[in-house]
Amino acid sequence: MSEPDPNYSVNVRDFSLWYGDFQALKNVSLNLRDGIITSLIGPSGCGKTTLLRSFNRINERYGNVTTSGEITILEKNILDADVSLPELRKSVGMVFQRPNPLPVSIYENIIFGLRIHSDRKDLRRSEMDEAVETALRQVRLWDDLKDKLKNRATSLQLEQQQKLCIARLLPLKPRIILMDEPCSALDVDGTRAVEELMVSLADDYTILIVTHNMAQARRVSQECIFMLLGEIIEHDRTEQIFLSPRNQKTTEYIEGRYG
Amino acid sequence: MRKSLTTRQIVAEWIIENLIRLCGISAILFVFGIFFFVFREGAPLLFGEGGFDLIKFLTSPEWYPSSNSNPRYGILALILGTASVSCLAVLISVPFGLGAAIFISEFCGPKLKEGLKIVIELLAAIPSVVWGFIGLTLMKGIIESVFGVPFGLTVLNGAIILALMCLPIIVSISEDALRAVPDSYREAAQGLGATRWQLIYRVLLPAAKNGLLAAVLLGVGRAVGETMAVLMATGHAVNIPIDGTPPYFHALDSVRTLTATIAAELGETAQGSPHYRVLFLIGIFLFCITFTINLVADLVVRGIRKE
Repeated sequence: MSEPDPNYSVNVRDFSLWYGDFQALKNVSLNLRDGIITSLIGPSGCGKTTLLRSFNRINERYGNVTTSGEITILEKNILDADVSLPELRKSVGMVFQRPNPLPVSIYENIIFGLRIHSDRKDLRRSEMDEAVETALRQVRLWDDLKDKLKNRATSLQLEQQQKLCIARLLPLKPRIILMDEPCSALDVDGTRAVEELMVSLADDYTILIVTHNMAQARRVSQECIFMLLGEIIEHDRTEQIFLSPRNQKTTEYIEGRYG
Repeated sequence: MRKSLTTRQIVAEWIIENLIRLCGISAILFVFGIFFFVFREGAPLLFGEGGFDLIKFLTSPEWYPSSNSNPRYGILALILGTASVSCLAVLISVPFGLGAAIFISEFCGPKLKEGLKIVIELLAAIPSVVWGFIGLTLMKGIIESVFGVPFGLTVLNGAIILALMCLPIIVSISEDALRAVPDSYREAAQGLGATRWQLIYRVLLPAAKNGLLAAVLLGVGRAVGETMAVLMATGHAVNIPIDGTPPYFHALDSVRTLTATIAAELGETAQGSPHYRVLFLIGIFLFCITFTINLVADLVVRGIRKE
């Protein structure tokens, strides 16, 4: 194995994944560049969500998952048996398809991560208040929500909920943020707002986004990965993929002949 | 297009419709019928028949219904008997019941889950007289040897038996409540790095709290209303297990419950006698308690649905 390149925050080598007998990912190898947005596109069932969910190992909730190969994140193979999942998920945050704030207050949602990752006695009120304000400012919700921090998060509009779900990752200072079709439950304005937010966060975090929406991939990502039937077909700069794809299958997908 | 019905079909439709309607309202009729009957037998006392005093009835510990010279009907000891056995039973069964529900819904695999659910249903299917039998023989011996008391039919014995009887209700309703928590909450918490334990006490228990409360209340309802098992397991002695000397609550005393009193004495009273009427009044009292508990549980469950 070659030394991991410091410009890449995720290195995947020969990664395969099975759900029971079904092989969902076949010898996937890729590098994700630090500090940019990479998008994962491909038709339904191609394994893009499975790949995304392998980077914080949340796939394993379903039990019958087996893997082979290596995924190196922050100089550590996260598939090793001694990896602490809470620590991994602290540095690799995830945003889900449907906004899923917890049924507690906005404030508690944002410091949920801090609460579970630190001792009770180490959390000072002032620190928590500051973390909430910083996170909400980063996702541009502070002005709207600063007077409603005690309200239930589930009563917010969907767009605000999704931004909140991004905000609650930030106090943990993740390196990587995984997003699984984060705008699919949102309307046009909500989508635009969340996309703008992603672009503004990209300087500080490595963002990987799964999307069905090719226009979205084009708008937000610098690099793009096209997957088909559990394999990576093409991984290149986004303009390259959309303007002059190398592979015939990519061309056909982008032209909308299947998918 | 619709063919017009023949007379025979119309008649058949009418009969079936009304038959089904009758079945539907029969449940209501039965409940009111039972309440009416019990109330009719016990009510004359409430209207002062034979110089009856309701306050004394509820607050006097003296239960001497068959005294020839001076029968006294105070049910305080019986109320405290029921309360002590039920409370202790709930204290025992809630931790076990919640633990089992959490294990079934969050930890065990699908095969073990099915197996456990069947076993818990079996537990619910054991007749209460069999539970009483276990209390009367097995549990009595265990309590006598473990605690070194001369007589093992005690509050503790009845409470353990009752706890086992409440367990299936508490487990199955709590498990439903936990399963009703959306999976997205679990993903959200685990995605942030919560361990299973943090997931349970920070997310699942708060999210399912109404359902869990309802489970406990229905367990209490079962405990208060249970008769045969406690009649056999508690020793059937009119006695208040609480007093001013430490440890204040004597779990190794024998007691008698409201339900057991009715079951044991009703057959030997003359219909219409004061003793007979007092037993029915106890029935009304029990009915009110369990009705309130079930109503509260129902409202709590409705509260969840609204959210």
